[in-house]
Amino acid sequence: MAAITATARKASAPGVLTRPAARKLLALALVAAILVPLATARWASGSWPEALTVDASGPLAGASDWIIDNRDSHPLFLYFFGHVSNLVVVTVRAVYLALLAVGWAGVTALAGLVAWRVAGIRLALGTAVAFLACGLLGMWVPTMQTLALMVVAVTASVVVGALLGLAAGLSDRMDRVLRPVLDTMQVLPAFAYLLPVVLIFGIGVPAAVLATVVYAAPPMARLTALGLRGADKEVLEAVESLGTTARQRLLTARIPLARRELLLGLNQTIMMALSMAVIASVIGAGGLGDRVYQALASVDVGAALAAGIPIVLLAVVLDRVTGAAGANLGQAPRPRTHWLYVVVGAAVVAAAGRLTARLEWPDGWVVSLVEPVNRAVGWMTDHLYSGVPVIGGTADWAARFTTWVLDPIRDGLQWLPWWSVLLVVATLAWLIGTWRTALTAVLAMAAIGVLGVWNPSLDTLSQVLAAVAVTLVVGFATGIAAARSDRVDRLLRPVLDVFQTMPQFVYLIPVVALFGVGRAPAVAAAVVYALPAVVRITAQGLRQVDPAALESARSLGATSAQQLRQVQLPLARPALLLAVNQGVVLVLAVVIIGGMVGGGALGYDVVFGLAQGDLATGLVAGAAIVCLGLMLDRVTQPTERRAKKGA
Amino acid sequence: MRRRTTSAVAGAFALALLTGCGAADMTKQASPYANAQGARTVTLAVQSWVGSLANVAVARHLLEHELGYRVDIVQVDEVPAWDALSQGRVDAILEDWGHPEQEQLYVEEKKTIARGGDLGVTGHIGWFIPTYFAEQHPDLKSWKDLNKYADRFRTAESGGKGQLMDGSPAYLTHDKALVKNLELDFKVVFAGSEAALLTQIKQFAKEKKPFLTYWNTPHWLFEKVPMTEVMLPPYEEGCDADPAKVACAYPTAPLQKYLNADFARDGGEAADFLKKFAWSTEDQNAVSLMIADQKLSPEEAAEKWVDGHESTWKKWLS
Repeated sequence: MAAITATARKASAPGVLTRPAARKLLALALVAAILVPLATARWASGSWPEALTVDASGPLAGASDWIIDNRDSHPLFLYFFGHVSNLVVVTVRAVYLALLAVGWAGVTALAGLVAWRVAGIRLALGTAVAFLACGLLGMWVPTMQTLALMVVAVTASVVVGALLGLAAGLSDRMDRVLRPVLDTMQVLPAFAYLLPVVLIFGIGVPAAVLATVVYAAPPMARLTALGLRGADKEVLEAVESLGTTARQRLLTARIPLARRELLLGLNQTIMMALSMAVIASVIGAGGLGDRVYQALASVDVGAALAAGIPIVLLAVVLDRVTGAAGANLGQAPRPRTHWLYVVVGAAVVAAAGRLTARLEWPDGWVVSLVEPVNRAVGWMTDHLYSGVPVIGGTADWAARFTTWVLDPIRDGLQWLPWWSVLLVVATLAWLIGTWRTALTAVLAMAAIGVLGVWNPSLDTLSQVLAAVAVTLVVGFATGIAAARSDRVDRLLRPVLDVFQTMPQFVYLIPVVALFGVGRAPAVAAAVVYALPAVVRITAQGLRQVDPAALESARSLGATSAQQLRQVQLPLARPALLLAVNQGVVLVLAVVIIGGMVGGGALGYDVVFGLAQGDLATGLVAGAAIVCLGLMLDRVTQPTERRAKKGA
Repeated sequence: MRRRTTSAVAGAFALALLTGCGAADMTKQASPYANAQGARTVTLAVQSWVGSLANVAVARHLLEHELGYRVDIVQVDEVPAWDALSQGRVDAILEDWGHPEQEQLYVEEKKTIARGGDLGVTGHIGWFIPTYFAEQHPDLKSWKDLNKYADRFRTAESGGKGQLMDGSPAYLTHDKALVKNLELDFKVVFAGSEAALLTQIKQFAKEKKPFLTYWNTPHWLFEKVPMTEVMLPPYEEGCDADPAKVACAYPTAPLQKYLNADFARDGGEAADFLKKFAWSTEDQNAVSLMIADQKLSPEEAAEKWVDGHESTWKKWLS
């Protein structure tokens, strides 16, 4: 299947790209012909030349020391960061205490009733069941901690995002300034955000909340701007002709017209905040993420799963409810009294809980998953790890994958002269995008060299490339299968949902048990994590192919395979490119976390920086990750970018 | 326009009111989850290895059941834990493996952290091979014999060299320098976390494959996978002063407890109890093993141990 995809794309490429591509290649060849001899004459080395690096670790270590020394005395900290931090602590605490005061029955009832009001009875029942399941797994208190943190972080993200989006939506200049920044922020791995906030706020909830806000606000801002800009011109003109002021127009026409995008923004912000809230357990976010993290410390997959399931449930519930709220927008508004029922119902249940002194989740009502899961994992590792006849065990695969795939790619990349790497990056980025994206990509790559982490970055890059290749082969094949058969699609959907929302940490230990320590498990975890998005985008892209085109192909007597190869795949090319782009971004995020299972390279440096409080190492690696993410995104970015996940 | 200004002013005022107008020292903030039930709270730092989990579990059990405190546990790595301890976000670290730089800064200079005495357990870091391999090859005793066996320790990850496994980046290690300075034909592979390293070791042990790993005693793993130490050149005072030139073994350290200075002074019963808390390696291992291998929750393991060792912990409460 993969071969088909590849050839189909190649086959379609010349038709679209021939002439501009040739011109671009010619221009690049000219530039290279002038610059490369100069560069090699001056700095003849395979790896990035020493002379062109800047050692940032000295100043960074100095900055870090200064912050530690002045954190409790300097006015900047006392009068600004201190208040920010205080505000976060106070609000998270207030929400947390409120949730505890309402009690488990009250929270469940409130969530169910709100879901009923905005999304109907089925989702309401689902929501209530999800909350009860969190309690049943013995995770009620951590769930409430995560929820409290989420409420604060999402509120802040929505406010910040909406304000930025408003600015970008109303002013063209702001839009030009903000758009590239927001685009970039969306593709950066979550891990890269952790260090700077830790540097200022130290380990703890304030740092976790702020990292989450920085990570989750961009989609809100992008979609707000998109909604405001996309408003129907005729409606706006009509409103204007009524003699309204600019502010009235904004409040009565533009914002209401952008409601759908605003809700989509809210939905994405919530999802990103949740995934970050889990990763932020590395810097002291507490709650469910912390339980996962602690369970992994004692290699307890069962316990990690017991904390991972509530995260998935929360994610699915929040996603479906906000999604349904968006979908229901067009329908006639229900009577307002329903909100009254919600409040009264929740209050009654909460009061009942209070009176019967049943605020805390009863200890007896806990089902333990830990034993059976660990037994299953134990069986898997006992029987699959090695010595399987004919195909060999997973450990053998991992060893072969490392020796035959990862090592050659890494050594090849590191063997290439530095200027040729830049040239390849420039070529790829220019062929697929514009000269601007090419320039950004080359500059990002060069920045990695300047930071002095050229070799580890290429090591990380080799893991990304290998993982992306596997992801695309498997993802396209599965996506095609899902697009062609409704049954496969229905079977896959819940699986994809779960895999996509499961915190990345949960994958790490099973992959070690199956593939040992090293780069292979990091790649495996990345593939598992990136696969759902690739499958989903591929399937959607294929399904959205114009039915008329398919119909005419069928009437011409094309076989099913011909239809796929010659009609569906070429027409779905934008979606496939988007899938590649998303795949690369998601893979990078997990390959970095793979530093915790022996992936080494940049990921290890970040983990090392966090663990040793050695922020200089960590920040340099973090900056390199940012550059690598930027480069990879630009190299795979189709010229017209679509809203992420919005497809 | 007028109304906008007024509302902006009102907003700023409300913000100022909410946060308090004066200086805010964020180094003195507790966790927002602390004290939720209005009880007296102690916050303990726990590190990612199981021994640390065992200390904290038993201390927590006694603080909660005997002294009526509420205990919050924060997972932090070693060095950031010092930082958190100094800021008062954490009240105590129960097992520290020696961080002279931080000790100098926080205990001697800033006086924000106070020493809490010995934990009673002595820690040792070294290089280990599985005992089954050591018995087959009795001549493999010290670093000098390692190069002979380098090819036996080869893996896909280490390429043409032998593999020396290292664990969490949080741990003190000079292994890269050691391999270089002792001219060993080995490559250090960082597992990146203790969990990953443990999983890999258990996997190797199940197949009776040879491996060489950085490890530390006491550790419950020795009960499950017996390992024999490969001797490094003996440790001398100051031989590890320059991290790039280290060519000697790791020092042996009596593990220490540290308390936040304010907590040590005003912490009442809890602070007194934590200062007296000290137990033997066997006791710690017993609890660790229950947690990590029998998969008991730390609370259950602590309860089990506390039930059987009343004479030991009664002394900490007096």
